[in-house]
Amino acid sequence: MLSKRIISCLDVRDGKLAKSVRFVDTKDIGDPVSQAQKYYEAGLDELVFYDITASSDRRDIMIEVVSQVAAQIFIPFSVGGGLRTVEDCSRVLLAGAEKVNVNSAAVQRPELIAEAARAFGAQAVVLSMDVLRVSPSPKIPSGYEIVIQGGRAPMGLDAIEWARRGEDLGAGELVVNSIDADGTKEGYEINLTRRIAEAVTIPVIASGGGGTPEHLYEVLTDGKADAALVASMLHYGEYTVSEIKAYLTGRGLEIRPV
Amino acid sequence: MITIVDYNAGNLTSVKRALEHLGIANQISADPEVVRRSERIIFPGVGHARAAMEVLQTRGLDSALKEAFGRGTPILGICIGCQIILAHSEEGDTPGLNLIPGVCAHFQFQEKGLKVPHMGWNTVTVTQNHPVLAHLKPGDSFYFVHSYYPQPAEASHVFATCDYGFNFPVAIGVENLFALQFHAEKSGPLGLRVLENFARWTPC
Repeated sequence: MLSKRIISCLDVRDGKLAKSVRFVDTKDIGDPVSQAQKYYEAGLDELVFYDITASSDRRDIMIEVVSQVAAQIFIPFSVGGGLRTVEDCSRVLLAGAEKVNVNSAAVQRPELIAEAARAFGAQAVVLSMDVLRVSPSPKIPSGYEIVIQGGRAPMGLDAIEWARRGEDLGAGELVVNSIDADGTKEGYEINLTRRIAEAVTIPVIASGGGGTPEHLYEVLTDGKADAALVASMLHYGEYTVSEIKAYLTGRGLEIRPV
Repeated sequence: MITIVDYNAGNLTSVKRALEHLGIANQISADPEVVRRSERIIFPGVGHARAAMEVLQTRGLDSALKEAFGRGTPILGICIGCQIILAHSEEGDTPGLNLIPGVCAHFQFQEKGLKVPHMGWNTVTVTQNHPVLAHLKPGDSFYFVHSYYPQPAEASHVFATCDYGFNFPVAIGVENLFALQFHAEKSGPLGLRVLENFARWTPC
């Protein structure tokens, strides 16, 4: 049976590891390469690196991080943040990433998804979406709106509709990140995750709000997610990969043994 | 020295990085002469079967691979390299290298609601012992990304299977040729062991 995947997200700024809380405060918490190596050895299934470097002229640091990671860990990983063109995507893939993660640039120019899927195959293109809960309206019937710029800019785009569009354009996976839940450690946005998982046929990765193994169980069952992203609960050592996996296996989920 | 066959099909560098990490001498080459003379060959690949076959033919790598197979060179196919060694692929209705009789078929899951591609970690069950899979234990998982799967005509060519909607072959082989549908180079320490086993394998 296909396993539910446990994925960790590492935010990288200027080549250093950072963790954001509700997208506002970020603090540096170490070296991304050695952290990736630790998680690889601990039996994590996949990694995501998000480049949150502010200035675009310092993006080469990220390419260096990607090639160092690729030389040391032998599980799939994706890279996102600041990828605006097929050339940007090509650079991180050549440096050794398995997949690219596109977000804001795809909202602003959806053709990017199709171009990347044509160039690298759908399996290499992950569409990440940041979603904010709003009052349902004719424009946002689901009550979930796509936002960019770390949640500051609402785009007047319904999240369910955007997920379907992303799949049609050629995305191979979706990361559904709830801005409301992100950093709270109070649990994933189950309703949002389930509605998107039911609207598309590609794998859905739940993101934002994971604080306990129970939260992962909820989103991988009720939320119908194929994978769950974990960040602070691992980064701050509150739980280990083994503990999370042992819990989920104990609850009857198909999980890759560590 | 292992030669990684370069035919514009994706994951060459991930295979190379994995071999470097294991300290196994290797080179990437698109030259049919190098492939012909190579003492050991890895034939990886992601992408489309038809595109892959076209590049192999244009570069003369198809006959080089057939010759190497005929003279007993150990060959390891990965992903697309596990599919186009068969006689035919449904992907683009493409004739394959026909080193193993059989076809490569598309997953059809309309009624079961399973997602295609089959992507992620899945359990691999050894059905026939092989030196390349010697370390596997029941429950071991490997990383998959594919929409097509190999279907050798003869059961004796199947060495391991995987369950996704049904049981399908994921490791196939004959004589000095062995091939994996999963990505050993992305399957953690267990996957690296597969590559290491291949580097040491002496087909009888």
